[in-house]
Amino acid sequence: MSELERVAPTEWRIPKSGSMRVPGHLFADEETIAQLEADEAGRTEWSALRQVRNVASLPGIVSASLALPDVHPGYGFPIGGVGAFDLDEGVAVVGGVGFDINCGVRMLATPLDRDEIDGRIEALGAELYRTVPAGLGSKGKLRLSIAEIDEVLREGAAYVVGRGYGEAEDLAFIEEGGCVGGADPKTVSNLAKQRQFGQVGTLGSGNHYLEVQVVEETLDPVAARVYGLAEGQVVVSIHTGSRALGHQIGQDYLKEMARASEKYGIPIPEREMVCAPIRSPEGQRYLGAVACGANCAFANRQVLAHLVRAAFARICGIAEGAIWTIYDIGHNNAKVEEHTVAGEVRSLLVHRKGSTRAFGPGRPESPEAYRAVGHPTFVGGTMGTASYVLRGTETGMVRTFGSGIHGAGRALSRKKAAKRFWGEDVISELAAAGIRVWAHSKRGIAEEAPGAYKNVERVVEAAVSSGINRAVARLRPLAVLKG
Amino acid sequence: MAGVPQPEDRTPEGVTYLDHTADVGVRVVGRNADEAFVRAAAAVFARMVDLDRVAPSAEHPVSICSDALDGLLVDWLGALLAEKDVSGLVFGRFEVQIAETADGYRLDGVAWGEPIDVSRHRIGVEVKGISYLGLAVRRERSGETCAEFVLDV
Repeated sequence: MSELERVAPTEWRIPKSGSMRVPGHLFADEETIAQLEADEAGRTEWSALRQVRNVASLPGIVSASLALPDVHPGYGFPIGGVGAFDLDEGVAVVGGVGFDINCGVRMLATPLDRDEIDGRIEALGAELYRTVPAGLGSKGKLRLSIAEIDEVLREGAAYVVGRGYGEAEDLAFIEEGGCVGGADPKTVSNLAKQRQFGQVGTLGSGNHYLEVQVVEETLDPVAARVYGLAEGQVVVSIHTGSRALGHQIGQDYLKEMARASEKYGIPIPEREMVCAPIRSPEGQRYLGAVACGANCAFANRQVLAHLVRAAFARICGIAEGAIWTIYDIGHNNAKVEEHTVAGEVRSLLVHRKGSTRAFGPGRPESPEAYRAVGHPTFVGGTMGTASYVLRGTETGMVRTFGSGIHGAGRALSRKKAAKRFWGEDVISELAAAGIRVWAHSKRGIAEEAPGAYKNVERVVEAAVSSGINRAVARLRPLAVLKG
Repeated sequence: MAGVPQPEDRTPEGVTYLDHTADVGVRVVGRNADEAFVRAAAAVFARMVDLDRVAPSAEHPVSICSDALDGLLVDWLGALLAEKDVSGLVFGRFEVQIAETADGYRLDGVAWGEPIDVSRHRIGVEVKGISYLGLAVRRERSGETCAEFVLDV
């Protein structure tokens, strides 16, 4: 087992050893690294360092197995893990995408400032609680047939826009235009589609949320202005993904790719790392299904955005069209992208698990309006702490294939959190701090208490100080909806 | 602060919820695999609802095969979670019979429940799936069957 080498204040290297084909590169602060080393000393599978090494051992991996400052143990890849693979020699890895395919954040901007909303937060929060389906047993308002689900999987956000959910202008400000190419509904099981019938336009539960926020400070005024963000402005963040459909795709392909791994003779260090060569029929089927899951998530967030607009219109008296999409970006994905490696432009399959794309200035993938500074990325805090808007950098493009952090990760287990915190108390304490919380499950609130999570400020600081991301704005929650 | 007991306060018999940083670790022990699998199902649904408040008015049969007990467990629990989404049912009572076959194992099981009622079932956090990480089903020296798994919430 190799030792971590510190190469910079927030950069660490795991040299190649054993079955590793490339080194590991971690961007993280000392406290995070200390936790990772403690996890590894525990000699269980639940070790992000072990998972970084596992990723490094996969065929066709390019440059390094990467981990970003919010790194912590996951299933297969670590959360905060990035792995880029050669299209001819490399593999598509189920654990490099995860179950909640294209889980991500939609951020909406309103024309309102804090003063204009202060007297209406209670009514707005209650309206969002009433009208946004969230939590166990909630049902989406859009009921679809199998054929219509197939349209969602093929067309993503555009399909639901066509059904009257939101504005066509939204699509230009969604990653991939709200639709990943290559989606093939035939690669998704009927069970996955049936599970999704009632879930299009639902928030979910666990760490998913909908937050009404205020822009507390613009840290990069130029980029903030480009994105249409101003201090004191009210925005809304929606964090959710592909719901049951994504999970069923993950379950189905864990089995199919286990067979494929054996067929192609690929050693698998952990069961959730099952994979297939990218260009194999199995690899192409999986990527077709991932694209479907991604499109399902884009459609899901588009419907939720529409419901937010409607709630603001009813309570705050503004036109639905006055609320616009700043951006919508996922943090569990695998995409074919062009990157320069050792002076050569190459097409690579980039897996990002609990990590977003964070392309720097000038990339064509960014919306034209944002191209000069690069598209925004979003880092979720807890109910009681800040969230952040970041953007990518040239350094990040070179060092991390243009990747960004997405959130702080838990500090306490759900069991410990449920023992330490009581849902009602968390809600009361947050209310005293000016943050109103609406939750369908009080137990869920206890598990998601701010004290259960790591300090997001530290994670952002590490990403910024390592040069891979740049901070654009800090947001504070005003109202939170949880499932 | 006093309040309505949360579902976790009613941990089913033979079930231990473990510390797990991101999701929910579970250990169940049963006299045999059948009982361990019943308790595993109870462990999953007890995270979501108060099992004592779920009426057994609807019946959902499950018949599955797998080459290994741990895969059988994932498929059993996965089938119940899928049915939750497809039919809107939550389950509070379970029966399982596992038989060895030439290719591994066969499970014939039944889950009883009813449509979810958020006003009555005291809902918790939705369980999305079962991870293969940390998955184990083994026979203990005592002769009991122990199953460990992680719930993705």
